Amino acid sequence: MTTEMVGIEIEDLHLAFGKTKVLTGVNLTIEPGEFFAFLGPSGSGKSTLLRSIAGFGPQPEGHIRIGGKDVVDLPPWKRNVGMVFQSYALWPHLSVRENVAFGLKERKMPSSEIGPRVAAALDLVGLKHLAERMPNQLSGGQQQRIALARTVVVEPKVLLLDEPLSNLDASLRVQMRRELLALQRKLGLTTIFVTHDQEEANTTSDRMAVLDGGVIQQIGTPQTLYDTPENLFVASFLGTANILEGKVERDGGDIRFVAGTGDKLLLSSEADGTGAIVLRPQNIAISEKPDADTLSGRILHREFLGSQIRYIVQAAGTEMVVDQGHKAGEAGYLPETDVHLKVNTQSAVWIPQ
Amino acid sequence: MTSSSRPAAGGRSLADRLPDALFPKLSGPAIVGLFIAIFLGGFLIFPVLQVIYVAFQDPGSGALTLRNFGDFFATSLFRESFVNSFYVSAMSVVFATLIALPLAYITTRFNFGGAMIVQSLGFIPLIMPPFVGAVAMQLIFGRNGTVNLLLREHFGFTIPFMDGLNGVILVQSIHYFPFILINLSTSLRNIDRSMEEAAQNLGSHGMRLFRKIVFPLAMPGYIAGAVLVFIKVFDDLGTPLLLNVNNMLAPQAYLRITSVGISDPMGYVISVILVAFSVLSLWASFLVMRGKDYATVQKGGGGLARRDLKTREKVLAYGAVALILLLVLSPHIGLLLLSLGTVWSYAPLPDGYTLQNYVTMWENSQQYIANTLLYAGLAALGDVIIGTAIAYIVLRTGIWGRKGLDYLATAALAVPGVVLGIGYLRSFQGIDVPFVGEPLASWWVIIAIALMIRRLPYALRACMAALQQVSHALEEAAENLGASKTRTIRRIVIPLMMGGILAGFVTSFATAAVELSATIMLVSSDADSPLAYGIYLFMQTPSGRGAGAALGIVAVVIVGLGTLLSQIIIDRDKKLKTQSGDH
Repeated sequence: MTTEMVGIEIEDLHLAFGKTKVLTGVNLTIEPGEFFAFLGPSGSGKSTLLRSIAGFGPQPEGHIRIGGKDVVDLPPWKRNVGMVFQSYALWPHLSVRENVAFGLKERKMPSSEIGPRVAAALDLVGLKHLAERMPNQLSGGQQQRIALARTVVVEPKVLLLDEPLSNLDASLRVQMRRELLALQRKLGLTTIFVTHDQEEANTTSDRMAVLDGGVIQQIGTPQTLYDTPENLFVASFLGTANILEGKVERDGGDIRFVAGTGDKLLLSSEADGTGAIVLRPQNIAISEKPDADTLSGRILHREFLGSQIRYIVQAAGTEMVVDQGHKAGEAGYLPETDVHLKVNTQSAVWIPQ
Repeated sequence: MTSSSRPAAGGRSLADRLPDALFPKLSGPAIVGLFIAIFLGGFLIFPVLQVIYVAFQDPGSGALTLRNFGDFFATSLFRESFVNSFYVSAMSVVFATLIALPLAYITTRFNFGGAMIVQSLGFIPLIMPPFVGAVAMQLIFGRNGTVNLLLREHFGFTIPFMDGLNGVILVQSIHYFPFILINLSTSLRNIDRSMEEAAQNLGSHGMRLFRKIVFPLAMPGYIAGAVLVFIKVFDDLGTPLLLNVNNMLAPQAYLRITSVGISDPMGYVISVILVAFSVLSLWASFLVMRGKDYATVQKGGGGLARRDLKTREKVLAYGAVALILLLVLSPHIGLLLLSLGTVWSYAPLPDGYTLQNYVTMWENSQQYIANTLLYAGLAALGDVIIGTAIAYIVLRTGIWGRKGLDYLATAALAVPGVVLGIGYLRSFQGIDVPFVGEPLASWWVIIAIALMIRRLPYALRACMAALQQVSHALEEAAENLGASKTRTIRRIVIPLMMGGILAGFVTSFATAAVELSATIMLVSSDADSPLAYGIYLFMQTPSGRGAGAALGIVAVVIVGLGTLLSQIIIDRDKKLKTQSGDH
């Protein structure tokens, strides 16, 4: 069950529900064999984008090319893209075997071939023994695997997963996402995975696109997006971010960020004009002594998280989140303590306005 | 759960315990439950058992025998009636499906302007007693009715829409198709969009998709509706009687009892067959549907995916819907024309128009209308009182046998009106009502009781639903603040259930007002007749048809207003409850 790997190109895609714009100017290239994630909050258009690749929902403007062929005018049943639904959508009146065989029957495959193919697909997800069960006799995780088997058995060109893990409980979710990734690598299927959970996207995908308000905010590997967000939405949506607004001053060779409060930070990369800097909590150190380019502040509270202690510090006119690694025996700082924050400016990201 | 705490029996003599055993201390609800059980036993179970018993009894010797059934199947008229009843019921299901399926499919599956109107117009047949429409249908679709006169004039042929059994099938399928429409539409709306999309994603579309995925998933709703249509048609007396089709089971039962006499066993044999078929069909549908709860709507799902119609499809869809609605509304249109017409005979439309029929109707029917308001009012009142009591006992107490009370009341569904009527005649003929000096069977109150029993299952469901929506915590809060059980019921439970109770009352009232099959057996004098029987009497003579139609319009208006009112009550209640839930 291996198919020729194909890529997906989406070019200038626009889509509206009536007068409400849902997708605006989406451009995207997904490489053959890539595991790609659409990440965004609910209402960001990620599911709509996935559904328009499968051919569901209103007809979009623009182009969707799968393996170089524009499918935007094709009905869903002629696209040969496999989709696994959030609700699994197993048909309750058909047995597991009949569910999995459905797509093959639609393709008018002789029944002598259907049998082995169904068996192989069920074997692939490790549920061969449940072939005669009805869907309502299966657990959530089993239903998920059957839905996957039903989709891959027809050897689709690409695999679309719409929040496939959201209906599973937490422990199963971690296991299933590893299985999904292993299966995808085994089949070499170009896969798109829609999720609102950044941990899911980070752990599975080769690259991902962050969406908000129907617009792609940034595309890249999970690490790139976390370390070098291109805008404030991406910065704050992925992980925790301290955002300080201000402007840049040049003093000879030095490039300094000046916050609204007058606090100054030395930047190590090129920057200009007004904007904001993004500081991750773990890239700030707390010291008791002032230094050049430290921010003075006061600890408001602390949360003990085990491997680290999270401090909320009033500094530079805002409440900053600062994470300090914790080792056994270290007491850390108490609330109401006056401290100084030393920023690792190598990691600070300048986002111009 | 209230469990009676029983003091330890040890240490007490038998003499001490005996009074307790003979007169156990019953709680208030238990006493009420007991009274209801006795009432239902007397007016539902006993008469029906009596009918069954007589059917197996030798009329001469009184010994138990199967001879009556042998006689039944040895008589060609009865064999024919049996086959006809079966045929008519099955064909009515087929035609009702042909009407309901396109309406349900088009309105749930496509973006169809006026889907709401179609769905509400689909209810209209139910607000007219079928036998009322039968006469009007005769004038429109009969051998010399509007349609055939026009066909003969322009094309030189006619279609026997209303001849014999065809007429019954046409009238019944037009009247009862809403049962299929409502259930099927609900089922279709409950299919999650992803069910269909998953099939499309795997290469299926069009009719194949409908046949293999959509319709099987909607099957439970369809079967529920179809079984209801089958049973209703199989049991119905009024329509065949008015169309003068006597070679069916229910009319045969009626005619045997009214012409041969109360002791003729054939009426009872037919009754047993009617009951057996009702129970069998319900049981068969239960077997088919077991384990098939296909409600698949998930969070975030939006029901069946709606698609836009292409222009050609649009023309086709609107054409089909318009044609079906015209057919469905034809009894109402015909009845209205008949009630406003002077003479309507051998002509596509009445010769002239007048209000005289309404004047005649009013002069002759005040008694009918007054009787109807009285009977239906009493029946509906009794229904909601019993319904509320049973609902409370079943849902809020742990009284032994409480489920049985629910089953007992619901069992009335399987008892055709004609059977209940025969049972009452047989059981209560010999019982004289004190101070009235009449046998119970011919006293007017028995008509109200029959209607009450017949409508109880529907009222009970309304009351159950109403009580289920009242959170138990609201009662506990009242008790916590010091209100006794009785006061809690009066001050908290009943007021919160009021919307559902009112809706149940109005529905029971409206449908009881036009019931014919049980009442026709029990009416002993014209002075005691309700409206439905009055229409039946009017329709027996050609000169009375106009006035009968006018009375029919009154019936339609009563039921229509009732339905509208109960809908308004339910909507208002729902709004009230959701608002209070939001804050």
